[in-house]
Amino acid sequence: MTYVQALQCRECGRRVDVAATHACEFCFGPLEVVYDYDAMRGVVTRERIEAGPPTLWRYADLLPVLDGPADTRDAGRVDLGAGFTPLVPAPRLGAAIGLDDLWIKNDTLNPTGAFKDRVVSVALTAARHLGFDTAACASTGNLAQSVAAHAAASGMRAIVLVPADLEQAKILATAVYGPTLVAVKGTYDDVNRLCGELADAYGWAFVNVNVRPFYAEGSKTIGFEIAEQLGWRLPDHVVAPMASGAMLVKIEKAFRELIDLELVDDRACRVSGAQASGCSPITTAYANGGDSILPVRPDTIAKSLAIGDPADGYYALEAVDRSGGVMDDASDPEIIHGIKLLARTEGIFGETAAGVTIAVLRKLAAQGHLAPGDRTVAVVSGTGLKTTDAVAPTVGPTFEITPSLDEFQSALSLQGSA
Amino acid sequence: MTATVRIPTPLRSATDGAATVGVDGTTVGEVLRSLDAAHPGVAGRILDDSGGKVRRFVNVFVDDEDIRFAGGLETAVPDGATVSIIPAVAGG
Repeated sequence: MTYVQALQCRECGRRVDVAATHACEFCFGPLEVVYDYDAMRGVVTRERIEAGPPTLWRYADLLPVLDGPADTRDAGRVDLGAGFTPLVPAPRLGAAIGLDDLWIKNDTLNPTGAFKDRVVSVALTAARHLGFDTAACASTGNLAQSVAAHAAASGMRAIVLVPADLEQAKILATAVYGPTLVAVKGTYDDVNRLCGELADAYGWAFVNVNVRPFYAEGSKTIGFEIAEQLGWRLPDHVVAPMASGAMLVKIEKAFRELIDLELVDDRACRVSGAQASGCSPITTAYANGGDSILPVRPDTIAKSLAIGDPADGYYALEAVDRSGGVMDDASDPEIIHGIKLLARTEGIFGETAAGVTIAVLRKLAAQGHLAPGDRTVAVVSGTGLKTTDAVAPTVGPTFEITPSLDEFQSALSLQGSA
Repeated sequence: MTATVRIPTPLRSATDGAATVGVDGTTVGEVLRSLDAAHPGVAGRILDDSGGKVRRFVNVFVDDEDIRFAGGLETAVPDGATVSIIPAVAGG
């Protein structure tokens, strides 16, 4: 059975039947999936989840799976194996910034190298159940690649729209899967606006438009996994990057669901958000007291976070406020420093969004928002191999020599004395 | 001064199914009032309960300019302009 009951407007509370629609017909507020939690109680247990696959689909009961009996519905899944990524202790990074119990949720290890594989796997599975044969999206890059890959693997057609100035690696890593890849001269917000209009005109599943209520639920699995991997226990603090703000919102929701279903003890977990200073509409609203988010025109190397008009920004402010978290942002030099610090202490090469998270983590620790003994989890959401442009000016060969032992020894001693 | 208003799918139930509506007005506020005169109830869907602000999940564009970057409801609407009403969408 499915536990999905309906879609409900987050603004005005009106309910509608499950369908490919994302905005309330009355007030345009975002629609969210409603589950029958009472029916889950006593059925959705730790043991049932632990017996599932080592992917995000171990949490299928808590995801918007739309048809088929619980134990046979995996047949229609669009699944490249996303999720259940490692949660690793980060003692060397922790020592560098003054945290004694720091962990990294390493989402660089998803099939296309970013957490977007979670939301896309869930969105396209729902899209197929709703009868779509074409997947589409507006993307800052990671989503484009993930949609193209998952569509290819499931025989769906893919239409992907990206800003034309995207990192070359992300363009190539999307095009290789053979989608219709449209480079739009404009910002991400321009591309997104176009997609909003295209979704009206074409019968496609736009993962971030008409199937967004299902898509967004996929991010809950980051929260589920953090809790399960800590031995069914919530950490003290989670720090997550924010673009639209949806991932942070869903992590906080995941923790509340786990508490509600008595899968973890009811203890406070603060959720804090990080943005790039060059695109910080949510952290700016937070700093100003928080009831009005003004869109901005992005100017940051963190292109995967460059959403100037963040649709979930208000809910991110609410989630951070409810959980007792904080928000801050990081400049481009701080982002680059964060990328290198993570790589050089923990051996994890994250993308610019990871640099944002680590830089803000460092600030929050320095400002005393994170106590040294807090069990803290930082979400590293994508791989640095897709944003090498960001670090290219500051890293490279240590020295270049001819294949000569003497030259090697001379160069090495010069480096040692430097 | 005539503008073309583009109506998103969720709002077409209030415009007898019309995807575009031609109305008069020199500012976004006037255009919305004219639209509401032609299709009573539409403005209440776009504006918040005070009637003075666009709801927070509705984006309004005059040609390609988001009115939040311009003058909000006071944003000028040139003759022949297109006013687009678009539900906010999430990102990635």
